[in-house]
Amino acid sequence: MANIFSLENADQKLKALDAFILEQDAKEDALISILHKAQELFGYLPSELQLYVARKLNIPASKVYGVVSFYSYFSQEKRGKYTVNICMGTACFVKGVEKVMHAFSEQLDIKSGNTTPDGLFTLKDVRCIGACGLAPVVMINDKVFGHVTENDVSRIIDDYKNMEGSEG
Amino acid sequence: MKMINIKINDMPLQVMEGTTILEASKQVGLKIPTLCHMNLKDFGIVNQSASCRVCMVEVEGRPALAPSCSELCTEGMVIRTDNLRAISARRTAVELLLSNHPFDCLLCPKNLECDLQALAQDLGIRDIRYAGEKMNYQKDTSSYALVKDPNKCVMCRRCETMCNTVQTCGILSAVNRGFDVFVGPAFNLDMVDTSCTFCGQCVAVCPTAALTEVNNTDAVWEALNNPKKHVVVQVAPAVRVAIGELFNMDAGTITTGKLVSSLRSLHFDAIFDTDFGADLTIMEEASELIHRIQNGGTLPMLTSCCPAWVKFFEHQFPDMLDIPSTCKSPQIMMGAVIKTYYAEKMNLKPEDIVVVSVMPCLAKKAEAARPELTKDNNNNVDLVLTTRELGLMLKEAGINFAGLPDSDFDHLLGESTGASVIFGTTGGVIEAAVRTAYDWITGETLEKVDFQQLRGLEGIRSATVKVGDLNLRIGIAHGLGNARKLLEDIKAGISQFDAIEIMACPGGCIGGGGQPYHHGDMEIIKKRQAAIYAEDRGKVLRKSHDNPYIKQLYEEFLGTPNSHKAHDLLHTHYIPKEKI
Repeated sequence: MANIFSLENADQKLKALDAFILEQDAKEDALISILHKAQELFGYLPSELQLYVARKLNIPASKVYGVVSFYSYFSQEKRGKYTVNICMGTACFVKGVEKVMHAFSEQLDIKSGNTTPDGLFTLKDVRCIGACGLAPVVMINDKVFGHVTENDVSRIIDDYKNMEGSEG
Repeated sequence: MKMINIKINDMPLQVMEGTTILEASKQVGLKIPTLCHMNLKDFGIVNQSASCRVCMVEVEGRPALAPSCSELCTEGMVIRTDNLRAISARRTAVELLLSNHPFDCLLCPKNLECDLQALAQDLGIRDIRYAGEKMNYQKDTSSYALVKDPNKCVMCRRCETMCNTVQTCGILSAVNRGFDVFVGPAFNLDMVDTSCTFCGQCVAVCPTAALTEVNNTDAVWEALNNPKKHVVVQVAPAVRVAIGELFNMDAGTITTGKLVSSLRSLHFDAIFDTDFGADLTIMEEASELIHRIQNGGTLPMLTSCCPAWVKFFEHQFPDMLDIPSTCKSPQIMMGAVIKTYYAEKMNLKPEDIVVVSVMPCLAKKAEAARPELTKDNNNNVDLVLTTRELGLMLKEAGINFAGLPDSDFDHLLGESTGASVIFGTTGGVIEAAVRTAYDWITGETLEKVDFQQLRGLEGIRSATVKVGDLNLRIGIAHGLGNARKLLEDIKAGISQFDAIEIMACPGGCIGGGGQPYHHGDMEIIKKRQAAIYAEDRGKVLRKSHDNPYIKQLYEEFLGTPNSHKAHDLLHTHYIPKEKI
């Protein structure tokens, strides 16, 4: 396992994480929100970060790992700048999200769970995100796209690519 | 306590409020099949995950069946355990479990000891209606002690209860979700890279062969058949009150004499008793305790006989490594003495001797492989068998254990006292130490050697024993969760003791991870404990320092307890370890 300080800007991010943990009342019950915060800060939850959280909360590392591996929202791999979360919940599934997944997979040329070589996109299938009224739903980072069809996919990808171009 | 009226299969009965349907059924003699359920009442150990759905029953007026292991009885409840709906639900649950389970029962280490196999037999499963994907995980054979085969896991969570709730080691957890779920350590680490103590309590309760011991029987057969090797065996105290169970003898039968005869039938060259090593441990440990008390040394002193406990404190309390006794365990002391003193006496080269231990324990396998205890190949234990593995070897050799005559251990390292026998139960090591410390501190001879106040099965016990002018404050814990509580109290300054005994397994070695499977019946552990004390009472010598062969060993070889030579051979040091 790598040293946690080999992660980018670890010092600063851990300070922010420590401060967040201090704010929690019942630390063990706050495990999931603490993991959310850690992922927000670091972008993903590598094992050294999970171990850090476990020791900070004085709970077994296996428990933290159990939670992280249970929820598809948590990622243990470094992710691209934009995570494309495709909701595979029942409502989205019934509304044909599989075709949307297929279109993203084909056009980004990666399988679910992987990241494009340029580090821009990570494709993920997730469980119900609770926006069933908008099914099929795609979430890119914090932005929600509703009623997505396979025909929308190339436009969505291009928008993000263009955004990147104008920034650069 | 409020009583509740219920009906089970048309039988009316009254039960106490808080009774589960499963417990109520037992009261009227009904056996509802269970798999994940485990309730070791006397130790306060309960696994109530209700995950296997094998104990489903019908409750009148409810659309869904109820898991009887966790569903509490309510006033006026009408329950059916025996109609087709309940029976077929239970059968379906077992079929679904079997549909994702390897069918290698004939080759399985748990063949005829497996709860799932027994269930399939009891439920008359002759066909599995479901075919689908099967789990395919690597076996973890990384350690010297246990083997983890997730493909045989039924997700009962008993191992997690033992590892997390009872032992507070926190190694095992459910990982992933849905079909991909399995039980394992953090980050899919190998067991050997975790802070697992190898206590083996997960193995003791696993209903299938998802967790078993590393099998050393082949290596022992090879050693026994190598004419160049002088193969010496030693047997731990708790083995003699349990091995009979493997040969249909009643739990709690003392089989010391038969055990020795059985080892002779296997053609070991010398048959010694780890009890001798236990007497030797007391000589060193009692001396160390007295030295610490009289010279202002670190108190309390903790016992160090239990290798799971040793590994536990190295990982969990790395800043307190100065308080355990430096004594090696009886098993390792025996290895040292056999390959030096005995080798010299017999004119044998230590490298030609193979020391085999029969232990009620899995951690003893890992202990024998610890680098600091094996650095000198002429001063160690080579192979460790569990009580169960010895049973296997005897069956393989066709030895009728129950019909064997009694015989005695071999001389030199085979004689022992009652003090050493009680090493097999919680409270025993410290009682043995007190018997010797009393005589040595007061210069008198203790007449009444039974210290009832140190005995029992309470998880944490304490007592003050008057030794001359001294009030010896003694603490006892069994089960690592209890040990943790005791240690944290000491750290916080809440409890003050002079000496503390800790054993990792509930009940002590009698409940060890290498003992015949108890299948959830705690009466078996109690009977083993009673047998240990009966064996002690039957001994002429009850104090370690009265053992004439121990005296001879010091006179001829070691000098005095805690001498330079004794330190070199019989003491060790501890290494701080990471917690993961």
